[in-house]
Formats: sequence, structure tokens, C-alpha cells
Amino acid sequence: MAPHSRVARALRRNLVVIAGLGTLAYLLLPNVIVTVFSFNKPNGRFNYAWQRFSTDAWTDPCGVADLCGSLSLSLWIALWATVGATVLGTLIAFALARHRFRGRSSVSTLIFLPMAMPEVVMAASLATLFLNMGVSFGFWTVLIAHITFCLSFVVTAVKARVMSMDPRLEQAAQDLYATPLQTFLKVTLPIAAPGIAAGALLSFALSFDDFIITNFNSGSTVTFPMYVWGSAQRGTPVQINVIGTAMFAVAVLCVLVAQLAGRRRKRS
Amino acid sequence: MTATATTGTDVRLTGISKTYGSFTAVHPLDLSVPAGSFFALLGASGCGKTTTLRMIAGLEDPTTGTVELAGKDVSGLPPYKRPVNTVFQNYALFPHLDIYENVAFGLRRRGIKSVKKQVDEMLDLVQLGDLAHRKPQQLSGGQQQRVAVARALINHPQVLLLDEPLGALDLKLRRQMQLELKRIQTEVGITFIHVTHDQEEAMTMADTVAVMNAGRVEQLGAPADLYETPRTTFVANFLGTSNLLTADVLGTAGDDILLRVGDTKLTLPATRCTATARTGEKLLVGIRPEKITLTHADDAGTVADGRNSVRGRIAQSSFTGVSTQYLVDSPAGTGLCVYEQNIERDSRLVPGAEVVLHWNPGHSFGLDAAQNVEAGTDVEAEGAG
Repeated sequence: MAPHSRVARALRRNLVVIAGLGTLAYLLLPNVIVTVFSFNKPNGRFNYAWQRFSTDAWTDPCGVADLCGSLSLSLWIALWATVGATVLGTLIAFALARHRFRGRSSVSTLIFLPMAMPEVVMAASLATLFLNMGVSFGFWTVLIAHITFCLSFVVTAVKARVMSMDPRLEQAAQDLYATPLQTFLKVTLPIAAPGIAAGALLSFALSFDDFIITNFNSGSTVTFPMYVWGSAQRGTPVQINVIGTAMFAVAVLCVLVAQLAGRRRKRS
Repeated sequence: MTATATTGTDVRLTGISKTYGSFTAVHPLDLSVPAGSFFALLGASGCGKTTTLRMIAGLEDPTTGTVELAGKDVSGLPPYKRPVNTVFQNYALFPHLDIYENVAFGLRRRGIKSVKKQVDEMLDLVQLGDLAHRKPQQLSGGQQQRVAVARALINHPQVLLLDEPLGALDLKLRRQMQLELKRIQTEVGITFIHVTHDQEEAMTMADTVAVMNAGRVEQLGAPADLYETPRTTFVANFLGTSNLLTADVLGTAGDDILLRVGDTKLTLPATRCTATARTGEKLLVGIRPEKITLTHADDAGTVADGRNSVRGRIAQSSFTGVSTQYLVDSPAGTGLCVYEQNIERDSRLVPGAEVVLHWNPGHSFGLDAAQNVEAGTDVEAEGAG
């Protein structure tokens, strides 16, 4: 048998695997570049060309002025936006899924609008609103704006979960002597938890890396994405790559832990 | 466990009804269930049986009437304050808790700290001790059903309510669980109220059956009484099969009512007739297929005196193992159903054969003719009420 036909057959048999690996490579290549360049020691202010290996940036991640300040601000905003959007969004989702009230269907539709609207339009209209109300831009305007756009994602995730829940589970809890509060805490909430967690994680990720809406509503406050944008004009410190790589590593770690925990639960 | 049993507990429904807008799910209903009994609410889907059960549990507010448990009016109490527990259709086990915690749920809500002994005992009762730390979705349907029973029974409720508990199981498993539930009920002695659309299930398990139709109780009694002496055409047709013949009343002779169907004369003991028979008016005569004997027309002379007999021709026959089922056309009625035990099969009884159908008059029953003869024959038997 001619060798080229054997190669062709092997290719055909593993086409799905090859396509999958190719897609993964496409997705992960930017992360690899970021990681590699976090060990670079650039000549000059721009970290765009490989010079030589160095761990300087890793040993001194806060060595660049304002970087770590903007990072912790972004983490704080992301945390509070997540808390705010998750609490409000969960309440809205329960109201929409469980109660019949006037204007329920219009609320259901309107809640989708922020997701569909171009971000820049929402950014501009929020800025106009704040200006007209005479609110000064800063931490609070950014936080309010972030809660606004995270809300729809939480509502969508939680509502799907609550809608698919068998109403008889809550009746069974009540039948087994659980008061309405106990029913909510012991049955409804635990069952809705995966939806709430998904909404919260989405909120955190969306808030942390939001640039457009933040840029319109932050005044002189500088979040991490804005810092990266600003420094890109004047030169990119290697520390940005360090922070990026660290964030990526933390995310991968979280996923791995979740997978391991899930596998162990299944085995027991 | 039997200590909590038969202490005079009793469910009493007085004038209870439920309407949704203009639809009446349950017409005003009086019902009383004796303590320690196995009571079945039997009916087709949409007859109001599940609504009645949910009103006892407190999951549905009655439009009118009261619910009393052990002589105490509980109509105003929410479900979590009523001493009843429910086994739901499709079980409604908590998916985020394991079997042990599902069973312990009721005890924990009432603030009981040491639940282990009771939970272990209860899991043993339903033979699931070794599966305590599985999640509900890892169990088979039959096992989930037993968990649902254990989760309810551990609370020693005054009354256990079962809403189509076997509906999701296949036939063989359902038979097995019927006996299992009956065993558990005998063992714990708690009053069971069982909602089902399956007449065989109701008759197998229950001491008393209430047949419901369109939001009303048609008839209530022991399974054998309902079967042998139905009082309405619905009960006659819904519980098993009945041949109902429209007869003219000719008069009475002693304790018997004399009747005529077509050109055939029949008798019916007056005690077997729940309607008033007036000479010249109509009456429905019912006879169960297994009470009829088929004899080939050539042997018509061998039919004993005193038996009602009707001539006919076999239209269809089908062999089902224990019995052979015949459809016989006769001047008295077409499509009469006859079940013959397969003991000594007469090879002449094939479609087209001329036959005599005969039965003991005491095995037939009389019904008011002012009813729909077809009631209860074609009701959809699947799904919840």
C-alpha cells in the first residue's frame, strides 16, 4: 500500500480530533503569547518583540506605577457588581418565574434589552443620565453601570433554572413540615444554586474586563482594562502580561478544582 | 410502630368543593374515612380525585366545606401544620439531597436532632438500607417510589396520602409495589388514602373504594360490593366490564322482577335491583362477562331451569391464556362480552356458531334505565385526576 494513502486514511479517521485540537490551538494561542511575553525583557517601552528571558516582572508585579491600584479597584468593582447583580437578578428571576403580575411579560422582554443593545449606546446613555442628574463620575457610577448590564445575565441564568424546577418539590417540602422560609432555604435555593452561580461568575467576568461602559462613566477613576488601554499608548509594561497570565492560571485552576470535585462526587 | 395505629383517627370531609372560575373540579362532597383503613379514590383523569387529595393535604384551598382530621378542623391550616404526609406522583424527591437526607427531611424540619435510628429503621422497612447515600436520580423508579413512601411514613402522619404513586412504574413492578404498599400499611397501621385511575389497583389494595366521576362520588364501598352490585352504569362499566341490556318490566312474581328483552324473558331478584321497577317501564339489566356460561345451541336442552338464557351467535373469540373472551351477537343486544375459563374447551365454540348464553339471575343486577348505558366505558384511563 502506498504510504501517502495510509497517511490520508489516518487523517480521515482522526479528522474530529485534529479539528478539535486545531480549534483549541486557535483559542489558546493568544494566552500562550501573553504568557511567553511575561518572561520577556524588552528593550525600550514596548513589549512586542522577544529579547531575552527574565523573571523580573514576575518578581515585581507592582513595579509599575498605578498598575496594582487599578487592578484592586477592578477586583473590588467586579466583586460588588457581582453581589449586587446576583441578589437583584435572583429576586427578579423568581418574581418573573413564579408570580403573575401586571407588566410581567414586558419586564421579561425589557430585561433582555441591555444584552442586545450595542455596548457603546448603553455607555453613552448612562453617561448622559449621570450628567443630567448631576452625579459626579467615579467608583459609584462605574459600579451602578456594571450592575445594570450584569443584571440581565443573572436574570436569564436563574430564571431558566427556576422555570425548569418541579413545583411539586416545594409542595413536598411544605408537606414535610417546612415553613415557607425553610422551604426556600432548604429546597428552592439549593436547587436554583447552579443557575445563581452561573449568573454570578458571568457577572464577575463581564464586570472585570469591561472597558467601553467603564470608559464613559468613570471620570478620573482608572480600572485595570482602562489602565491597559492607557499604557498601550505610551508603552506596555511586562507586568500587564504577568497579571493577565496570573488571571488565566487562576481561572484554569478553578475549572480543574470544580471538575475534580464533580468527578469525586459522581464516584461516591 | 403499631402504637400510633387505629387510635380512632378519621378523615372527615364535609361539603368540600373546589371551583376554578366557572369550572367545578369537585362538587360538594361528604366523605369519612375510618381510622387505619386503606381507602382508594378511584376515577378517570380530571374527575377531581387528586384535587380532593390536595385539599386534605392543604395544598389546595377548598372553595367550600371543611376538612377534619381526628375530629379537629384543619381547614385553615397550611400544609406544614397538618399531620398528614403525601407521596407525590413522580415522587418529588429532593434532587440535591441523598436518600438518607430525603427521608430525614420531615424530622429535621420539626427540630428533631437525633434522626439516625429512625431513618435507618425506615430505610429497612422499605428495604433500601444499603442505598442511603445515593442521590435520587441514581435509583430506579421502584426504589424512588419506596424512598417517597419512607420519607412520608417516618413522620408517623395521621393519614398518608398517595397520589397515583405507582403511575410511573411498569406493569410488573406495579403489581409488586401494590403488595408491598399493602404490607407496609398493615405493618404501620396508618390510614392510607390512595388516588388512582387503575380500577384493578384500587380493588387489590383498598378496603374501601370511592368511585369518582366528574367531581362527584358515584359509589362508595368494599371492592367486592362495588363490583358485584354497582349502582350506576358508570361504576358498572368503569370497574371491570358489564353487559347492560335494556329490558321492559313485565311485572313481579314473588321476590323476582319479570323482564323482557326483545323476545327473551328474564328474571331478576328484586334485592339485586337498586332502581324502582314499575311495570311497563324500562330497566337496565347488568351481567358480568365471567358470570355467563356459553353452551352450543345443539345442547340447549342441558341448560338448567331457573337460569336466564339468551340465544346468540359468536361474532369473535380471542384466547388470552386463563380464559377465552367471546363477543356474541344476540337479539337481546350486540357485542355481548363473555369470558370462559379454559378448563374444558368446547371445540364447537368458534365464530359463527349458534349458542345459548345463560346465567344465574342472582348474579345479575338492575339499574335505573334513565342513564347513559355507555358511561364509564370509553373514559381515558391514563394520567392524573
